[in-house]
Formats: sequence, structure tokens, C-alpha cells
Amino acid sequence: MLGFLWTLIEPLLTMIVLTIIFGTLFGRGKNFSVYILCGRLMFSYFSNGTKLALKSIRRNGRMLRKVYVPKYMYPLSSALSAFVTFAISLVVLVGVSLVQHIWPTIHVLEAIVPLLTLFLLVFSLGIFLSVLDVFFRDLEYIWNVVTMLIMYASAIFYYPEKVLVSEYAFLLKYNPLYAVINNFRRTIMYGQSLEFFSTWYPLAVAVVFGVIGMIFFYKKQDEFILYV
Amino acid sequence: MANKTAIEVKNLGVRFRMQKEKTDTLKEFFVKTLKKEIKYNEFWALKDVSFSVEKGTRLGIMGLNGAGKSTLLKTIAGVLKPTEGEVIRKGNVVPLLELGAGFDQQYTGAENIFLYGAMLGYQRSFLKEKYKEIIDFSELGDFINVPVKNYSSGMKSRLGFSIATIVEPEILILDEVLSVGDVKFKRKSEAKIKSMFDKGITVLFVSHSTQQVKNLCDKAIILEHGKLIMNGDSASVCEAYTEMTNK
Repeated sequence: MLGFLWTLIEPLLTMIVLTIIFGTLFGRGKNFSVYILCGRLMFSYFSNGTKLALKSIRRNGRMLRKVYVPKYMYPLSSALSAFVTFAISLVVLVGVSLVQHIWPTIHVLEAIVPLLTLFLLVFSLGIFLSVLDVFFRDLEYIWNVVTMLIMYASAIFYYPEKVLVSEYAFLLKYNPLYAVINNFRRTIMYGQSLEFFSTWYPLAVAVVFGVIGMIFFYKKQDEFILYV
Repeated sequence: MANKTAIEVKNLGVRFRMQKEKTDTLKEFFVKTLKKEIKYNEFWALKDVSFSVEKGTRLGIMGLNGAGKSTLLKTIAGVLKPTEGEVIRKGNVVPLLELGAGFDQQYTGAENIFLYGAMLGYQRSFLKEKYKEIIDFSELGDFINVPVKNYSSGMKSRLGFSIATIVEPEILILDEVLSVGDVKFKRKSEAKIKSMFDKGITVLFVSHSTQQVKNLCDKAIILEHGKLIMNGDSASVCEAYTEMTNK
């Protein structure tokens, strides 16, 4: 029960802090707190899901040595269980949106697309990372750093406009997580429909990574037991 | 029923390819790849092993440490993939190896019944049906609702044994002697195993004790350095094994 409450309290608290600090620094646009919450929730699923999947094979190593289990279950279940937590935390978003008088439009239904794309992204990266983690123990720390960099390049607590016209625009443009968050905000906050690039680009990244990850996984899975 | 093969091992070979020095960080890997320092040690844990086990046979597997017994069992259980050759199994395999190794420490015994059961491939509805039987056999009583991290090691193996043996497997893999829990439970678990034996299941039994192999098994094999050196009925194989170890 406490675990369930935490999934609601944690994003709410970070949202409040981020809204106060970055709202004061950069100026608070309309519905800044919902803006932050959208990005923040999606990012934490991305980061929790991939980190959980990354460690999944090694964490269950003892079991793998004993009985035959289909090994892809571990990264898949990590991505799924983090997704359930994420789905529950979306309750906060609904609450805050209503408090801020953002009423759902028909486009809210389209939010399913960025949500599923995000899941695919997490799974495809997760299955890839889980293989690497079996062989390289420092991957966990490297990935922590990488996710932090991705966080700063995802326009979670700032508006992307200034960056998008600068020479560093590619940092946001080619960041699949930013594209997903952008699409999600359009449907939830602005009552707009999906944007072409923000829909297809992250999906393509997820599919390509997923295919590579799965091939990699199937090629290497018989060796796991020797390393875990 | 007689003369039906339960397990067939054909020209089985398992190769291990180990790095000479452990390279387990990306940093080391890149540095060593650039310096071309990664070298592999290859050795065959099993080579050209072929035998078949008829249904209902109790096969003793003997050999000195490092002869490849565990590798053979793991390959038959499907945990390890053979490098060459193949293993054909007919019927479900239940490995009784290191009982309770798959428990999640945070969960209670009751929750672990479902977790561990799922790992062994049992359906949830089946486990629900057998739930009471498992708890009764394990003699854990009220402790079943306590997280496994607070269990004694005896309690853990008792629970592991009770879950693993709840189905009647067609092929049972036993590694070393079962010494589970106290004297009373030991007797009980031995009786359970015996009753499984009597039902005519196929058993693979690893042991160093020729006495046990003679008592329990009707066929036996000896492995040495990954090769099968003898295959026959347990009495004569045990004799040869005693001679071999006395050399």
C-alpha cells in the first residue's frame, strides 16, 4: 500500500519543487506544473524501466543456473512492471490537470501512441542493455550517467523553443524521448493531434533497437549462465 | 512401457570458452581489445558422450570432481546448451538441485510457493490446488506468512523440496544426497523420493558413494575428464569405480 502511495507522492513532490525552482528561473508559462509533470513522469518510467531491465538477467542469475526459464522473460517483465507503476502514477497527472482546469479533448485518446512507443523504447533498450550487463559489470554506472544526460536533453523542466533555434537543436530533435514527451504533451495539454516526426521517429528508433536487441539477445543467451 | 527411452544423449559435447583473465568491465574490454590482449581458454567439459536411459531406469552418475557430472545434469535439465550433439528428453524434468535457490528473500513463504512454482513451470491454478499440501509437507505452519529472509536454511530447503516434488515428474534429477532439514524431515523426504522411485519414474542420481548407487540405481555410468568411460549395470560399474579410485 505504501509502495502504491509512493508512486503518487514522488512525482507530485518533484513536480512542486521543479515548478517552483524552474518556474522562478525561467518564468512560469501557462500550466507549467502540468508541463513538468508530463515530462517528469515519462522520463522516470524511461529511467526506471531501462535500469530494472538492465539488471534483470544478472539479478536472476541464481535461478538461471538451476532451471530452464525463457530468458527474455526477465527484461520483458521489468519493462512491464515498471510500466504498471508508471500507469498508476498517471493518476497524479489527471488530478493536477483537472486542478489546473485542463479539460481533456478528443485528442487525449491519441496519447496511447506516445505511451506505447515509450514502452517499446524501454523494452528494446532494456533487452539490449540486459545482455551487455551480463558481460560488463560497469554498464550499470555508465547507463546511470547516460540517462542523466538524456534527462537534460529532454526538455522536462524548461521550454524547448530557445534550444530548438540554436545550433544545439539536434540534441532535442534526435532524442527519441523528447519526441515522445512532446507528442504526449500535445495530446494531453494542448489538445492537439500527434505530430508526424514525433510519432514516427521514436517508433523507428524503438523498432530498430528492438530488432538489434533481440537478435543480440538470442545469439548470446546460451552464454549467460557462464557469466552471471 | 518397458524399453521406451526417456533420455537419449547423442555425441554430446559442451565446450567452455573462458577468458584467461577476467574482463568484466567495458573499460577493460576496450583497453584490452585495443592492445589485443583478450585470450580465451577453451576446454571441453564433456566430449562425445552418448548413452540412453530407458524409461523407469534409475541411473547413477559417478566420477571424480571435475569429471563433468554437473555439466551433464545441467545439459539434460536444459539449463546449458550443448556445443555439439543433442539431448532428447521425453517427459517433464524436475531438477532437485540446490533447493530453494530461486526464492525471493523479500517475499513470504506463501508468495514464494507461487514464484518458485512458476519458475518450475507449474500453473497458478495447479499451485493453488496443491497449496495446502505443500505447506503441510514442509511443516512450516504459521511461518509460511513470514518473509523468507527470516527463515533458517533448513526451513528454506524444506519449502524448496516440498514445492519441487509436488508434481510427479517423469524424470527426476538428484544431485548428491538429499540432506534436507532435521532427521525427521530427512526420513520423510527420503520416503517421498522412494515412493517416486516405486512409481517407475526415470531418475538421474549423482553420487560419490558407491554404496548409495548400488542401493538405489540399477544402471550406472562413470565420467572421467568429460568422457564416458563406462556404462553398465550398477553393481559392475561400482566395482570398477572403486578400483579406479583406489589406484
